[in-house]
Amino acid sequence: MLDRLSFPQPWLSLILFTTWQMLSDGVSGGSIVLGLILAWLIPQLTAGFWPERPAFVKAWRMPAYLAIVLKDIVVASFSVARLILSPRQPRPIFVCYPLKLEHPLAISMLASTISLTPGTVSADVSDDNKTLLIHALDAGSDQEVIDAIHNRYEKLLMEMFQ
Amino acid sequence: MSPIAETLISALLLLGGAFTLIGAIGLARLPDFFTRLHGPTKATTVGVGAIMLSSVIYFSARGEGVGIAEILITVFLFMTAPVSANILAKAAMHIGVSTMVETEGKPWDQ
Repeated sequence: MLDRLSFPQPWLSLILFTTWQMLSDGVSGGSIVLGLILAWLIPQLTAGFWPERPAFVKAWRMPAYLAIVLKDIVVASFSVARLILSPRQPRPIFVCYPLKLEHPLAISMLASTISLTPGTVSADVSDDNKTLLIHALDAGSDQEVIDAIHNRYEKLLMEMFQ
Repeated sequence: MSPIAETLISALLLLGGAFTLIGAIGLARLPDFFTRLHGPTKATTVGVGAIMLSSVIYFSARGEGVGIAEILITVFLFMTAPVSANILAKAAMHIGVSTMVETEGKPWDQ
């Protein structure tokens, strides 16, 4: 009974509550009550999808990581736009990326980053969580893609989750 | 509204529109499913980002407060776009969509 009333993931609850206050027009009594209900209900309902607590050890490194990703999105968008408008055919390639990250949350963050940065889409993760299949729109060789992703993103994520 | 704000808003709107258009052109021009997947994901990231930014500047320049809703829309979009791209790619590999001849490497199925 007490388990039902608790907040199994305090950070998720806090984020949900704050997001709800931002979404509603100004903070009022009603929005606080509804925000509390949502902050309690959603983690309870989705508890089954979180097999283990996310270990987010070094959260203060997050803003620097987001800044790098944001900058890369803008820079790489221009190169993809140039490729689309130029008459030459792209050289697509499927890359099997050997993952060094182990935490599931870290892997899904890396996969999302890869999909958001233009020119690469992560297509699948192998069942043992060791390989990531990436489709690159225009790349010379698979080693080029692997090195770029490892040096730019995976190292930062490894520092964040270790 | 100051002329600087107006210029900035117009420039951002044009940039966003241009990237959305290029994404659509990419969808029509690129040769196979997997390369076409790249067009729309790009249009949403920079195109929508620029349009949202212009909306934020517009409402703050009119003194109606910073639009938190726009920023949240962008954040939600950035969180969901990679997931949908991932599921599309997975579904395509599952039903064995053919890739263009020049593609190096192979999709695996498990």
